[in-house]
Amino acid sequence: MFKVREKLEKSAKMMREAYCETLMALAEENKDIVALDADLVSSSGMKPFFKKFPERAINVGIAEANMIGIAAGLSAVGKIPFAHSFGCFASRKTCDQVMISAAYAKLNVKILGSDPGVTATYNGGTHMPFEDVGVLRSIPEITIIEMTDPVMVADIVRQVAGIYGVHYLRMARKNVTAIYEEGSTFEIGKGNILRDGKDVTIIASGIMVAEALRAADMLKEERIMARVVDMFTIKPVDVELVERCARETRAIVTAENHNIYGGLGSAVSEAVCATHPVPVEMVGVKDRFGQVGTEDWLKKEYGLTAEEIVAAVKRVLPRKKRGILPI
Amino acid sequence: MERKSAKELRVIAEGIRLVTLQTLASFGAGHIGGAMSIVETLAVLYGCELRCDPSNPQWEGRDRLVLSKGHAGPALYATLSLKGFFPKEMLSELNKGGGRLPSHCDRNKTPGVDMTTGSLGQGISAAIGMALGNRMNGSDSITYLIMGDGECNEGQVWEGAMFAAHHKLDNLIAFVDCNKQQLDGYTKDVLDMGDIGEKFKAFGWFVQKVDGHDTGAILDAVEAAKAHKGSPSVIILDTIKGYGTFAAGLENNHHMSLSKEQIEDAVREVTARLEEAKALAESEREVLSNV
Repeated sequence: MFKVREKLEKSAKMMREAYCETLMALAEENKDIVALDADLVSSSGMKPFFKKFPERAINVGIAEANMIGIAAGLSAVGKIPFAHSFGCFASRKTCDQVMISAAYAKLNVKILGSDPGVTATYNGGTHMPFEDVGVLRSIPEITIIEMTDPVMVADIVRQVAGIYGVHYLRMARKNVTAIYEEGSTFEIGKGNILRDGKDVTIIASGIMVAEALRAADMLKEERIMARVVDMFTIKPVDVELVERCARETRAIVTAENHNIYGGLGSAVSEAVCATHPVPVEMVGVKDRFGQVGTEDWLKKEYGLTAEEIVAAVKRVLPRKKRGILPI
Repeated sequence: MERKSAKELRVIAEGIRLVTLQTLASFGAGHIGGAMSIVETLAVLYGCELRCDPSNPQWEGRDRLVLSKGHAGPALYATLSLKGFFPKEMLSELNKGGGRLPSHCDRNKTPGVDMTTGSLGQGISAAIGMALGNRMNGSDSITYLIMGDGECNEGQVWEGAMFAAHHKLDNLIAFVDCNKQQLDGYTKDVLDMGDIGEKFKAFGWFVQKVDGHDTGAILDAVEAAKAHKGSPSVIILDTIKGYGTFAAGLENNHHMSLSKEQIEDAVREVTARLEEAKALAESEREVLSNV
């Protein structure tokens, strides 16, 4: 069960703090938990884990492909490896290892891809993954989760440690907008309706969830009632909920900190087309590379704002009225 | 496991070669070159070195084998079948739709296969993970790894080589099957790796070089690798691609179509060598019993 906070404000805790704390608590309980990193321990906030459990913490050096293969091998002898790199490297540089050594081999590997999209800020275009979900989503049997805030990190990391299989966890490293009340729990594979509405559904993930809530407030002033869904499980996407939203609100806007090709917008569109076709507008990166800048500047540059979501809603509503109606 | 003599292991090797041929023949084509060059190594491992239980393939205390050059699967399938992991009839499933013996090794399909391989370069990392995990678990299990020389073109091999030495993984014993050929030709022409053993040595491994078709030499090297502490081991196998069959010495022997005549001739030849090896092993036993 989850509860949405009444006021939107920055989380007190950084995402990476929640990740490290959770993994340390898990490691206390379960000797099989192992952490791997590729020379980004300082960045991932995992120094306390590496200090406390040196025998179960492996810094492989700058060798992401090797790291995923080692994680696969560890899991083949019963370990539960959590391997981290920046999302760009955790997906692009390891794609074949994730595919063959982890997923196809049906092993138990958890991958944390940090700094998704514009949250990579000053690391710029080389480090700004707008494609990680797209790269990994076409690999069968992988679960892809974009964790929304530190409360969700604490629950999801604990859950995936207990679920056999390959999980890719997409996570901003630092402070984000806190969405959920402390102690909330989440059902993997099920989207969360954060706010109800009858006119349109905004389906968002990651840092775009806060923008979607802000957009819903702005729309309400114009008497447009928007439903907001946090679709934190991008694969498998909650097809049932997408269908329900399509039926009940008859228009959908997706919002993601990722290329509109291959990510949440694609996943939702596939579900809409397969179940209950209604117009969809996508807010996200329009097939561009990243660049340096502050998060706020980059959000404006790539159109990842509440204002863009409002504009997309205003594009989708006339399409709905024009009679692109469900069967 | 009981130690076997080089002559006894020769019998096992020719037995594996014969069954590998028959397995490839059931499909009519396959990676005969790279399968034949590792037969003696498989004979030593499954003949007396690798701890396993064919009636319980998932036994936790077993040694592991990662056949990173996964295209040599048919040789491993023949070995596993002879060892008793599955009945010989199953070998005809090679490359059949829905079958349990794909061209490249799959841990989820074939009893006794410890890792899914086929994308070259990946096996070393998986083997490292197993060796590391077994060390964390306090297990004395050894992880064996077989790579190809062409495979050493892959950068991941050297990422793994650095890691295994840094972490002093002396429960990891690797082989590099230096048969000097890869798909497109001779390794020295495609991408000359120079002296692979020297490269591993420079990375901090305990390196031995042996005739990869001499069962006694391989056996001694594995024993020495087991006794060695403080670093991972690699045994560089000097081999001939397609060894012991018509494929040896041919230029394009990586993957071949096999005619009925070729198979019949090869089966006859290998059978004769098998009988000869049996006679030699038998006379050795008689001599020993008279001592």
